[in-house]
Amino acid sequence: MKDIIEIRKDFPLLQKEIGGRRIVYFDNAATTQKPICVIEAVDEVYRSYNANVHRGVHVLSDMVSEAYENAREKIRDFINASKKEEIIFTSGTTASINAVAFSFGERYIKPGDEIIISNLEHHSNIVPWQMMCERKGARLKVIPVTDRGEIIMEKYVKLLTEKTKLVAITQVSNALGTIVPVKEVTALAHQLGIPVLIDGAQGIQHCQVDIQEIGCDFYTFSGHKIYGPAGTGILYGREKYLEEMPPWHGGGDMIKSVSFEKTVYNDLPFKFEAGTPNYPGFIGLGRAIDYIRELGMEDISNREKRLLDYATEKLSGIDRVKIIGNAAEKVSVISFVIEGIHQYDAGMILDKLGIAVRTGNHCAQPLIERLGLEGTIRASLCFYNTEEEIDTLAEGIRKVIRMFY
Amino acid sequence: MSINDIQDSIIEEFSAFDDWMDRYALLIEKGKELPPLDPAHKKNDYLIEGCQSKVWLYPEFRDGKIYFSADSDALITRGIVSLLIRVLSGRTPEEIKNADLYFIEKTGLRENLSPTRSNGLLAMIKQMKLYAIAFEYNMNKNRSDEA
Repeated sequence: MKDIIEIRKDFPLLQKEIGGRRIVYFDNAATTQKPICVIEAVDEVYRSYNANVHRGVHVLSDMVSEAYENAREKIRDFINASKKEEIIFTSGTTASINAVAFSFGERYIKPGDEIIISNLEHHSNIVPWQMMCERKGARLKVIPVTDRGEIIMEKYVKLLTEKTKLVAITQVSNALGTIVPVKEVTALAHQLGIPVLIDGAQGIQHCQVDIQEIGCDFYTFSGHKIYGPAGTGILYGREKYLEEMPPWHGGGDMIKSVSFEKTVYNDLPFKFEAGTPNYPGFIGLGRAIDYIRELGMEDISNREKRLLDYATEKLSGIDRVKIIGNAAEKVSVISFVIEGIHQYDAGMILDKLGIAVRTGNHCAQPLIERLGLEGTIRASLCFYNTEEEIDTLAEGIRKVIRMFY
Repeated sequence: MSINDIQDSIIEEFSAFDDWMDRYALLIEKGKELPPLDPAHKKNDYLIEGCQSKVWLYPEFRDGKIYFSADSDALITRGIVSLLIRVLSGRTPEEIKNADLYFIEKTGLRENLSPTRSNGLLAMIKQMKLYAIAFEYNMNKNRSDEA
């Protein structure tokens, strides 16, 4: 892997000083910083070949449509989906999940049916299903988690019945970093012919994802969490389902023909892509995928594992600090509380010290409640972070403790 | 002391520190000094929405003046609310309604604790002013009922 000093040079924001110091950016689970090549790729679209995609016969529209479809191919290859038609562009993970909740619900869900999620989910993988259940008279079932923050497989198996119509589960907990055994989860559901949606928002950036190996039927992620532009989301869907499901939005580009009597929908993936998409964003996302593949996903995973181990060791060595979430398999997300100090107080002081962390319930209120907490402080690391930054965090936490005691 | 006299003295206390860490330490001190809220008043009716930490604000109306007491589970937030109480508690609804809280700007609290950080500073002020309007309305209504 490229040297860390060289890697950091690729990210303009990491060079910036705010209030006289470089920011220690530990909020990567919220969004990642962008390498210069991604920023330039987006800039280049607007400067050199901006036009609407799939519309015009003119040269600019051709150029931009080609780049846009190339990005789709890069993403297909990156997650090893079998067909380009199975890669739908959305605005983000939230949009992807809502889309499935709507269209899958319309097509397949009847009163009394059940959807399984887990207690680890982000609100984005809870609320759309609640809305769908309300619309369709279906019920939501929740796989419980242990105190360590791992789903309980025996309980999951018991929840799977002939009433179950879909399992929607996160690949990685955004609040705790737990890696969910999604391959096993999927295999168990498939034994009963139940399709599975994996929320990959916190997984895709940390480990090599192979859709065919996982075997899932839907997989969602956001471009901005994998070093790409904001407002880019992916929905992978198995062709069989996408063909059968109705579109969630109507409009331009998603039709073959429109008359007031009858409208014929376009083929996949366009059937699900009404309206002008964020094409510069997706072209940027394609570049981001190139960038991380150049670094190497395996090297990224290994480096992040080392950072997690280092951070876990450093933070557990601090009196009054308690790490929340001790799953055997974790990505480089470390959630913790400081005994006697509100996470908001700690977050404010860490911010003053130039350390960006997230505090609160991390859009996972049911999980935080299950763990008997009001919130945590979350440091989410990625490959461009360093051991020195972790030392700065540890020193910052000590300073916080001194201030409040 | 008038509302503005108290604001000026708060500004002076904060201006003694250049470094924001020291100012936070001062806020934390103020938070520790805030008298505890009667547990009976620590209920959802008095909880201010929109803060990352919980803030309870309890108003009492006596002899034409409003007395506030408050609490929060976060110390910095307690410090902030203690400053607001120092400035606005024991004032008439009219005074509270019309108070121009310039100390927030001059102490640098606004830029350092901006509303986008959901610390609830603005929510707390809004709630105090709403109580003032409500108490004033009741007061005027009682007067006109008596007349």
